[in-house]
Amino acid sequence: MIRLAWAYMRDRPLTVGLNALLLGIAVATLVLLLQFATQAGERFERDARGIDLVVGAKGSPLQLVLSSVYHIDQPTGNIPLGELARLRADPGVGKAVPLALGDNFKGFRIVGSDSGLLDLYGARIAQGRAFARPSEVVLGADVARRTGAGLGQKFVGSHGLETDPDGEQGHDHAPFETVGILAPTGTALDRLIITSVESVWDVHGIAHDEHDDDHEGEAGHDHADHDDHDHDSQHHDEALQAEAPQPEITAILVRYRNAAAAMRLPTQINRQTALQAAAPAAEAARLLGLFGSVIEGARLFGWLLALSAGLSLFVALWSATRARAGDLALLRVMGATPGAVFGTILVEGLLIAAIGAVGGIALAHAAMAAASSAFPTISELGISALRFLPGEALILGAALTIGLVAAAIPAIRIFRVDLAETLAKYS
Amino acid sequence: MSLSLQHVAFRYAGRPILDDFSFAMEPGEHSLLIGASGSGKSTLVNLVCGLLTPDSGTIAIAGESMTGLGPAQRDDLRRRRIGLVFQTLRLVSALDLTGNLLLAQRLVGGTGGRDRVAMLIERLGLGHRAHALPRQLSQGEAQRAAIARALIGQPDLIIADEPTSALDHANMEKVVTLLRECAREAGSSLLIVTHDDRLRDHVASVREIGPMAAQAAA
Repeated sequence: MIRLAWAYMRDRPLTVGLNALLLGIAVATLVLLLQFATQAGERFERDARGIDLVVGAKGSPLQLVLSSVYHIDQPTGNIPLGELARLRADPGVGKAVPLALGDNFKGFRIVGSDSGLLDLYGARIAQGRAFARPSEVVLGADVARRTGAGLGQKFVGSHGLETDPDGEQGHDHAPFETVGILAPTGTALDRLIITSVESVWDVHGIAHDEHDDDHEGEAGHDHADHDDHDHDSQHHDEALQAEAPQPEITAILVRYRNAAAAMRLPTQINRQTALQAAAPAAEAARLLGLFGSVIEGARLFGWLLALSAGLSLFVALWSATRARAGDLALLRVMGATPGAVFGTILVEGLLIAAIGAVGGIALAHAAMAAASSAFPTISELGISALRFLPGEALILGAALTIGLVAAAIPAIRIFRVDLAETLAKYS
Repeated sequence: MSLSLQHVAFRYAGRPILDDFSFAMEPGEHSLLIGASGSGKSTLVNLVCGLLTPDSGTIAIAGESMTGLGPAQRDDLRRRRIGLVFQTLRLVSALDLTGNLLLAQRLVGGTGGRDRVAMLIERLGLGHRAHALPRQLSQGEAQRAAIARALIGQPDLIIADEPTSALDHANMEKVVTLLRECAREAGSSLLIVTHDDRLRDHVASVREIGPMAAQAAA
């Protein structure tokens, strides 16, 4: 009977194809929403794990968290290096890790920090060792995989946080050397190139404890000074030092020592300093909340689309069973039981739904893969096209149920057909 | 007896269609039941096939009673004992000729598999159309295909309902000759029910059906 159902489907490929496509679009929409909501939510939660607070320049707290924890936005500005020591001295702070952003290599952010950053994410060195001297870097797992860089590989960072082919400004005078590669962590760290804060300053020609410029969000960086990077005129140095501000960093990731700090520290920083403190958990929840209502709306639309597809399938099968009433009567005369004929129609609905649903799931994953390669933001979010979620099985089950229900109503008519009357009409 | 109807009566919407109708066929016998439109031919076929239940009287196929059975048992008896050939309802539209015969073979629990299907297709001169869809067959080819479908389960009784009415004279002769030859080869009884007078000369046993004829037969 499955073969017969398949034969009927092959007999009208356009109707079958359109109905499967309609259901497939609905399934693809639902799978995409599920994947995006789940993977982005998990990613946000995973990246922020162990980071209680981000301290940075005044501005949007969401922007500060996005740039410093998720590495998907521009920083809000720079803060004086001295704030790091002050935070570390606070009894409520268990760990304070500096971040100095400003450059990238092939679109991967170069982050100046210390070994505390690796500890914060529970990162493990898979090859080589941690950075120790200036200009040494360790690569996140994705960076190593996608750039093909290995140990000993030297490269020059480019100014800015994203690849800009038209305005590439390489720091040719200060190449980095890869001394280690991290094991995958499943966090933003996988897509970062980590070095010391001092390396970032060195790249930008800023001697430690020397001046920094005021480039917003680009720690210790002033490209106007590039021509002066390698000058050795003591006179000139002294002149610069006289005007130089304190070295700066971009942000500080904080882990509390105790719960009381969570109550005190953010308020204290926000009210009593020129800095801003933002809690990643709160900002992520706010962001997901904003996305959440959009996703819920889109999900409702997806289910309505699926119901429309079911209705279309029902109409198609209803018409088909009416058009082939003679065939169905002949099948009964040939010896098929009413249950078998009923089953044939049911199988037909199920097969069309299965084609649509499986095609929809495949379409959704293909769209995710295409989007990941076309849009850096999606790629940076770490959305994986090869990951299948249990919820997809539920969507598949729902689509098959829609197919079954759409087929059941026309199929039930089989039990009410007067065979003698149908034969009189068609024979 | 391959077919036995005893004192069968059937009314439809209060109108008597068959009244005290009796009819019998020996195994291997070929009979022509002829009557005008509205004479009750189709009703008779439906009664014999168990698609309708007589108001009174008995019907038996190869010694097995069709009357007094439930729908599922009637379906089973029809499936095992009867092969049906209709005027226009010949094959399942979505399957090719071979697929139709394989399906029919599976439904009747027939033996011989693909070999018998291929043999039957060749026997009916349809070897070149084995994989044609029903809509791709000519009238004559389609009727021969319907005969093949009816024969696949080697039934005790083949009932052909208006098998030649839509055919020209040449095709009519071919089809009726083929029906008789195939029934003979299969050892089946053949009952042709028709209003087509052209068949009178091709079947030895001819019986009229209709209100008057029924009374006369009684």
